[in-house]
Amino acid sequence: MIREGYINAIVLFGFLLIPICALIIEEPYTITLATRAAVLALAAVGLNIALGIGGLVSLGHAVFFGLGGYAMGILAFHAQNYIPVELGPLTINGTKSMPIIWLTAVLVSAFAALIIGLLSLRTTGVYFIMITLAFGQMFFFFSISWSAYGGEDGLSIYVRNVFPGVNTLVPIQFFGLCFTALCVALFVQSRLRASIFGLVLNSARQTPVRAETVGLNPMRLKLLAFVISGAITGLAGALFADLNRFVSPTMFSWQLSGELIVLIIIGGVGRLAGPVIGSALFVTLEHFLGEFTDFWHIWLGLILLLIVLFARGGIIGILTGKDGPHV
Amino acid sequence: MSEPVLATRNLCKTFNALVATDDVSIDLKPGEIHAIIGPNGAGKSTLIGQICGGIKPDAGSVHLGDSDVTNFSTAERAQAGLGRTFQISALAMEDTVLENVLLGVVGRSAKPWRFWSPALKARDLIESSMAALERVGLAEVCDQVTANLSHGQRRQLEVAVALALTPKAFVMDEPMAGLGAEGSHSMTDFLSELRHEAPILLVEHDMDAVFALADRISVLVYGRIIASGSVDEIKASKKVREAYLGEET
Ligand SMILES: Nc1ncnc2c1ncn2[C@@H]1O[C@H](COP(=O)(O)OP(=O)(O)OP(=O)(O)O)[C@@H](O)[C@H]1O
Ligand SMILES: [Mg+2]
Repeated sequence: MIREGYINAIVLFGFLLIPICALIIEEPYTITLATRAAVLALAAVGLNIALGIGGLVSLGHAVFFGLGGYAMGILAFHAQNYIPVELGPLTINGTKSMPIIWLTAVLVSAFAALIIGLLSLRTTGVYFIMITLAFGQMFFFFSISWSAYGGEDGLSIYVRNVFPGVNTLVPIQFFGLCFTALCVALFVQSRLRASIFGLVLNSARQTPVRAETVGLNPMRLKLLAFVISGAITGLAGALFADLNRFVSPTMFSWQLSGELIVLIIIGGVGRLAGPVIGSALFVTLEHFLGEFTDFWHIWLGLILLLIVLFARGGIIGILTGKDGPHV
Repeated sequence: MSEPVLATRNLCKTFNALVATDDVSIDLKPGEIHAIIGPNGAGKSTLIGQICGGIKPDAGSVHLGDSDVTNFSTAERAQAGLGRTFQISALAMEDTVLENVLLGVVGRSAKPWRFWSPALKARDLIESSMAALERVGLAEVCDQVTANLSHGQRRQLEVAVALALTPKAFVMDEPMAGLGAEGSHSMTDFLSELRHEAPILLVEHDMDAVFALADRISVLVYGRIIASGSVDEIKASKKVREAYLGEET
């Protein structure tokens, strides 16, 4: 069987090749699809840190995705209308600059993850899933009723935000930005997983009592993982909003949280390239089957079922012949 | 007499109507092995749970050195110097043998907040881990996935993780369980030496091992300590024989 490192490289290379080919044969829509897949993969990489290494089944990661989206939406909305953001006594100018938007998205989602984590990590198992789901719904309904920013209809941004040295209006260049962000996140994840923190977090997932009996506090480890995870998913949210030039409450929806989990399971839980394969497959199915039928989710469901039943390591597991990184 | 390293004072614990720990006061002195024996369901594991954290006593206190650790969390007790092994192995099965011991070494250093440099390249940590594996005889299988180990090897790994903590006192719940005669023998030899590094509170069903190792034995029946003394005293005690040993012979 093939070493996982090679597979990761092949997956990323293949991922890069698709929009390049699309560029050559002048199929700009395929580039947009590839960008969508890259951004969803980034969101799932974030979740994979919490879920795959920390064992935290969060059904509320749409919170961070949505917060990232609204961070972009709100800042760009104020910039395009030339009204400053009033935050109590504080007034901040809106911005069209991606780096500032990204930083805001990351900080806001990290902070939200800290608060949500503090409140929900006291529970485990189904209760944790339910609490994170509840937080997701809270944000969802709040965004629907937040009429200043479009409520249910969402917010449209006229022109894509700017990044120094890149023409973000050109699809392949924007893809390049998103793909780079994805690669950086994957690099961060792989360093994190191999580090002492990653080792300890991974053990705490498998045997929390052991972590405690050697003097470590699993709750703190998981909280930090949750914050890092939320921050990455938040960044993906900002990119997703920029891709569509649109934010709406659907970014906070529980379906989105569920889809992220599904992507990871299909690709391989805890595996580096798992979310990338999962997301590529997801977007492909969504696009091609979606043309024929509104019920394409059934096919996705079938794949998910087969994988859960017969290939616990997901597609990466099938390719490497290993259900887990070691086993 | 030297001060005990570890002591419980009047511990009590009931589960609904079941009295699992009934006014238990025991101590562990430097350099000794204090064995706790008793029939199945006597409350040995429950007692250990209260000593190491995880089970909160209804009344009484636990002391480690000079400090009252009754209100410490499990992690804080480990930091204070308790090294525990489990009756049912609690190892990270997907991880390698080395990674499991590394967890103990990291726990002792109390510095899990290193995010960037690879754990398996932290030379000092690896060396301490390998030293612990060497001592229990698992150095050769350090790269194996724990799930692939034999039952006996897992028991040894349990001990290695506790060793990696370099605790002030060991608390071991049936380290010999399922080891077989030969494994039991080498574990007995090993623990016999280990007591000089840190005393051991030993829960064990293997009577040969207990009689070979223990400096003192306490007999727990229905949550109560019914007798406590040297090996010979316990062997000679009529009360013990009636309540416990008699059942077997
Ligand atoms: N969490 C719990 N809730 C209710 N009863 C419990 C709980 N834990 C243990 N018990 C009961 O308390 C009694 C003591 O259990 P414990 O596990 O301490 O026994 P033990 O002496 O370790 O037995 P063994 O030799 O089989 O390991 C048993 O009757 C057990 O069923
Ligand atoms: Mg027991």
